[in-house]
Amino acid sequence: MSRVRVLVGTKKGAFILSSDGRRQKWEVSGPLFAGWEIYHVKGSPADPDRLYASQTSGWFGQIIQRSSNGGRTWEQPGTEPGEPTTTPDGMPKGESNKFVYDTSPGRGKPLTTHQWYDGTQHPWEFKRVWHLEPSFADRDTVYAGVEDAAIFRTTDGGKSWHELAGLRGHGSGPRWQPGAGGMGLHTILIDPKNAARMYVAISAAGAFRTDDAGRSWKPINRGLRSQYIPDPTAEIGHCVHRIAMHGKRPNVLFMQKHWDVMRSDDAGESWTEISGNLPTDFGFPIEVHAHEPDTVYVVPIKSDGEHYPPEGKLRVYRSRTGGGEWEALTKGLPQRDCYVNVLREAMAVDTLDECGVYFGTTGGQVYVSADAGDSFTAIVRDLPGVLSVEVQTLS
Amino acid sequence: MIRVVLPAHLLTLIRVTGEVSLDVEDPVTLRAVLDALEERYPMLRGTIRDHVSRERRPFVRFFACEADISHDPTDAALPPPVASGTEPLLVVAAIAGG
Repeated sequence: MSRVRVLVGTKKGAFILSSDGRRQKWEVSGPLFAGWEIYHVKGSPADPDRLYASQTSGWFGQIIQRSSNGGRTWEQPGTEPGEPTTTPDGMPKGESNKFVYDTSPGRGKPLTTHQWYDGTQHPWEFKRVWHLEPSFADRDTVYAGVEDAAIFRTTDGGKSWHELAGLRGHGSGPRWQPGAGGMGLHTILIDPKNAARMYVAISAAGAFRTDDAGRSWKPINRGLRSQYIPDPTAEIGHCVHRIAMHGKRPNVLFMQKHWDVMRSDDAGESWTEISGNLPTDFGFPIEVHAHEPDTVYVVPIKSDGEHYPPEGKLRVYRSRTGGGEWEALTKGLPQRDCYVNVLREAMAVDTLDECGVYFGTTGGQVYVSADAGDSFTAIVRDLPGVLSVEVQTLS
Repeated sequence: MIRVVLPAHLLTLIRVTGEVSLDVEDPVTLRAVLDALEERYPMLRGTIRDHVSRERRPFVRFFACEADISHDPTDAALPPPVASGTEPLLVVAAIAGG
């Protein structure tokens, strides 16, 4: 029988929630990496027992953790204890925690500054890894979206990371600016039918696409409108919160922007608004049903100044028409006095026949729906604030 | 033998409890101790000092014999009680939120 493994990153460690395909009884293990912020944990599609975790701390910086047995044990990829940490010529060896921006002149136009909150230019400074995206084909190849915004790749299982500098080399970097949570590259989508095509999203720069495996990138923000920037329809500067796609139809993208829920039918070349009858079109996560490419989920949040559900009612909204028409999903969710948030990385779907929908809240609850959103139950209610939720469907 | 006391989160990272002891040749400086520490525990690279600049991370401090040496030159000799192992070198995480 199939099983599911839910990988939860929180402000104080990671947790693994496991169940059989019925998704009624759960085992909870953790906290892993107790006391550390875990921005993201994700498994490799090529080898589901290979997991990667982004462990981060304001004190001690960035750590990459790796498991090869489904999360039972973890290691930091890289130099073994006792081995020299420098090469014979004295250069530091590749280390799993080392994310150094590419400043070589031969790779486009490596940038040194971006726009700061006050409009002045500010140096690029690595802070943390927001998102880890393992490749479909190779368990040792992983992409990392980082703050300050850039994309890195490892091809040796996380031992060393190298920037795909063409993204920052696009030339628009001086117009990128941090959102309230920092200037993070938080979304990486790989086209399952064409590994050379990837999408990323940055707060607050917008969405970008590569068609040559990351060597060059183009902004794909036409049709977005953001009243909070000087030119609401600018090519750059939109605070995209999340993008989702269905693997069988990768040219169709769904976006939750700072405000507005958007859709593209041409791989991001143009976007149209599909907010429709949502009570508010502000929010963070967006997901697509595993088997129905036009079934989309969002969690409306009151506003950019009030990060909680409108009216104190926690509601997932589902569209079965690819946007525009939305229905509130409330069964099993608190419908009074609820003031949690659901962060952009904290929603996922499984691929069981009856698609499961999962999300975590800043209040520490992780909810599951085993019936595509018709009803929810809480797997756990009292974890630290949830930063990320991923789910693996295991046979 | 140099004794080093690390913050709890870093001990968890290197799976060690209690103090860390290191052999460091003379002259015993802060840089030499940190180099030896990172060679023994490569997973600490980047957690105390920046990977590239080798500068102390902002929320990390160093104390020796009850004195804050965070801003001293890293090539200065550590106090004799630390160099002899009588007193530990303290790596301290700032108390800040969380």
